[in-house]
Amino acid sequence: MLRDMQARRKKAAAVNISDLIIPAMFAGVLLYGIFTKTDVFAEFTEGVKEGLHTVYEVFPSLFCLVVTVAAFRASGGTQLLTELLTPVLGAAGFPPECGELLLLRPFSGSGATAIYEQILKNNGPDSYAGRVASVILGSSETTFYTLSVYFAAVKAKKTRYALAAALLGDLVCAVTSTIAVRALL
Amino acid sequence: MMKYIMTGLTVTAFLFAALTGRMDALSTAFLEECGGAVQLAITLTGIIALWSGLMRVAQSSGLTEKLAALTAPVLSKLFGGLKRGGKAMQYITLNITANILGLGNASTPFGLAAMREIEAEEHSPDPLAASDNMITLTVMNTASLQLIPTTAAALRLKYGSAEPMEILPCVWISSVCTLAAALICCGICRRAGRRRRL
Repeated sequence: MLRDMQARRKKAAAVNISDLIIPAMFAGVLLYGIFTKTDVFAEFTEGVKEGLHTVYEVFPSLFCLVVTVAAFRASGGTQLLTELLTPVLGAAGFPPECGELLLLRPFSGSGATAIYEQILKNNGPDSYAGRVASVILGSSETTFYTLSVYFAAVKAKKTRYALAAALLGDLVCAVTSTIAVRALL
Repeated sequence: MMKYIMTGLTVTAFLFAALTGRMDALSTAFLEECGGAVQLAITLTGIIALWSGLMRVAQSSGLTEKLAALTAPVLSKLFGGLKRGGKAMQYITLNITANILGLGNASTPFGLAAMREIEAEEHSPDPLAASDNMITLTVMNTASLQLIPTTAAALRLKYGSAEPMEILPCVWISSVCTLAAALICCGICRRAGRRRRL
């Protein structure tokens, strides 16, 4: 009971700080602009215009990625691949429940979060699978989304070693998450 | 790269659907998700407009320059050849700061602005090829720099975890290893590419 309350308080403190950051940033930056005699409204609206241009540049790539990833999920491809991978992953000490999360995490942020919730619901957040899933979700990003949007912004077609480096990162993430949970929790 | 990802995903989706008899679901997914993609883009437009506006104010008032001066000793080692205190370095600083603070929404507009400034500063001989600095920045953004994993912690709390934050040390270890592996890989490829050109 006491432990539970402490945990809640810890969590509340973390959330409060992150709630404070954004409003404080907006107020602070605008105030700093006024003090340095910047036309903050004109600059802000000019920035919005540039932002719209960015969206215009990256939308086609984003669109293609979102649609094809959704199609891939609907085809049952992720489940089938997970089933194929499970024995291999299990032998390496990786919780088989997290296989689908591992596959989907690089492609879809919302899809990964949905699967993560399933893992927490079915196994409990403090189970081995729940902990490994939490660490994976907390220490990785939506790799393919980032790659497609960032390179679309500069219209780069030849991405050279970017994919290899990013995927190596994802692999290391899966391995170190498993090892860290086993060693520390 | 994207052409292989797109074709690969679509063809495997077709084969899986044929094998598992889910062709109807696949067909529906194509037609429904094109609308979903537009909805995502509309949300993203709002977020990008918001942060791009604020970023522009911070930039023209000289605030980002000050911030960039603080991070320059570390970041100039990662991003060789970019002007110290230049616009590209300023946006890279904003992008990385936003990532560390967990402002995932803000980090994308900052990162995209940084990409364009790198392009403007470098004058690459091959505009279709991503430069080393562009790749380093992008790869850093495919790894997680976030100090406090708020999404995971909030969901752990929701599903009744006794210690939602107990994952913190593990997340830090895993994040640092992931980032280090990706950056070392970038460094090796960068050096190998330079040797080939000489």
